[in-house]
Amino acid sequence: MANRIHKLTIPSSTRYLEDVRQFVEIHAEKARLPEDSVQQLKMAVDEACANVIEHAYSGNTDQPIDIAVIVKPDRFTVRIRDEGVGFNPDAYQEPDLARIARSRRAGGLGVHIMHRLMDQVEYRQRGRTNECCLTKYRR
Amino acid sequence: MSSFSVGFRSVGSVQVLDLRGELDAHTAAELEAAIEKCQQDECVQILVNGANLMYISSAGLGVFMAHIEEIREKGGDIKIAALQPKVYNVFDLLGFPMLFDITESEDEAVTKFQSPAPSA
Repeated sequence: MANRIHKLTIPSSTRYLEDVRQFVEIHAEKARLPEDSVQQLKMAVDEACANVIEHAYSGNTDQPIDIAVIVKPDRFTVRIRDEGVGFNPDAYQEPDLARIARSRRAGGLGVHIMHRLMDQVEYRQRGRTNECCLTKYRR
Repeated sequence: MSSFSVGFRSVGSVQVLDLRGELDAHTAAELEAAIEKCQQDECVQILVNGANLMYISSAGLGVFMAHIEEIREKGGDIKIAALQPKVYNVFDLLGFPMLFDITESEDEAVTKFQSPAPSA
């Protein structure tokens, strides 16, 4: 199977998250990934884009988020690029659910979900561009 | 645009929230408003029926997390019932069954509200 790449650009608004999930679902199904992997990819990409909107772009709704699906013989990767404030992966700690509930503060679960659902989560910075790559390997 | 709605029903003293559609960072505000309305109405027995909930992201889960402690301090609870398997899997993955009372059916959750188990 030759490598294939499919691209989508959305404005940094949560109203487009459903479009992102559909985009990932279509290409993951075309790549014949198992149903559970399709669902996990949709969710991990949704979380990554929601984090870009909330944290990288601080809620500004008119900034670009570039999404690319990269299909390789042994893996399915979704690359998310933005030009907002970068995420420091070293700051990530596995959340304590009871502590989050006690703090009465929604949030803090998205990165955890990405790590739990994906085989590989990578962060890179290329000049002003932040890049997050979410990968599922074919079993 | 994501399609999501919250329907309100009462079963005795229990406020049932019927979730329908996809609950994500765009639609979580609707669930937030629904739970706040329950609290304004001084209803602390909240049953979330997820039979028609097709998707949930961390934004939706976070709404439950943000309210559960306050509602329990008032003697109530948020119970979650009838989730579809693919949605339950997300709750399970994150360890939510340790924190929330999740039942297979709405009837089971209503019964638990009406006759709560004695605390240990």
